[in-house]
Amino acid sequence: MMSSNPVFRVTTKILFAPIILYGLYVQFHGDFGPGGGFQAGVIVAAAFILYGLVFGMVALRRLAPPRIVAVFMAIGVLIYGGVGVVSLLNGGNYLDYNALDHHDPAHGQHLGILLVELGVGVTVTSVMMILFFAFAGYGDPKADEDGGQG
Amino acid sequence: MTSVMINIFLVTLMVVIAVMVVRTRRLFAVIVMSGAYSLISAAMFVNLDAVDVAFTEAAVGAGISTVLLLAAMARLPAEEKPLKTNVIGPLAVVAIVGILLVTAVVDLPAFGSADAPAHIHVAPRYLAESDAKLHIPNVVTTVLASYRGFDTLGETIVIFAAGLGVILLLAGKTKTPLPVDPKTKPKASPAVARTKTSSTAKKSRQSSAKAKKSAKKGASS
Repeated sequence: MMSSNPVFRVTTKILFAPIILYGLYVQFHGDFGPGGGFQAGVIVAAAFILYGLVFGMVALRRLAPPRIVAVFMAIGVLIYGGVGVVSLLNGGNYLDYNALDHHDPAHGQHLGILLVELGVGVTVTSVMMILFFAFAGYGDPKADEDGGQG
Repeated sequence: MTSVMINIFLVTLMVVIAVMVVRTRRLFAVIVMSGAYSLISAAMFVNLDAVDVAFTEAAVGAGISTVLLLAAMARLPAEEKPLKTNVIGPLAVVAIVGILLVTAVVDLPAFGSADAPAHIHVAPRYLAESDAKLHIPNVVTTVLASYRGFDTLGETIVIFAAGLGVILLLAGKTKTPLPVDPKTKPKASPAVARTKTSSTAKKSRQSSAKAKKSAKKGASS
């Protein structure tokens, strides 16, 4: 998994931040262009997977501990479901974003879609990373010391 | 016309790759070819103006799943075992179903037809409302997150459940059979986790050396 090739290491270090930035662009620009939570989640996860491929699973576990990533998996679903609960509390139907802003329903829709896509993005990112931890780190003794999530 | 020509070219490429995937026994080649297959289908989606789907296909199909399959392949022998069962029965079933599907295509509405049932039910409302009332130009996002919010919630939960399943299956298995002594752990675990065929034995020796190195690194930092 680990690569000592300087070309890979330097390229990864240069590309890591722009890939995540691009992921965020796809995430929050989904209203206006192609993209959204699913695609953004995969792109952000790809940055971490690239890091893991080049610098090794131990470095990736230090950067993104599987235990915390697994928690984010649930947080994404909770954000999505939470938006529905908030719209219920505001007097609308479940996931009725018009209820999020009584004065301007269009603004409520914007807010709802943004939050829901964020939830999707968080879940997809963390599930993709968990899959990588599970497949690439399977049988790796270090995974057990971390709590066995890898 | 050019669009149709491009589609014919892409579909031909996909068929060629599919046949090659079936014929090849080397798993590495199969995985790389299925990545190429995904990339070509992404190109086809772009050609059909479905950029959101193309985006997903390129990112998931050609990107992540290729990496995940390669990671999984590292635990397997390099070659698929040759098939010993009789293929005539399954082949007949596949051929019959294929012929039925192709016959069904004739009954479908023409590609891009405005009178297709999918385009006359709720789609006109979505198209009219999304930009004018909600000020969201990308209708795909409005349908996905707002009009079809429940479906997407379900999809997100399915992905979440898949992650949970993988944690339960793969993380639970490595934990139980391992010895407790941390000194013997790096040596023992790769051998336990893998089948001891001759080709993988070499690999497990290499990776146990790697694991030792990484364990040392972890201890020193």
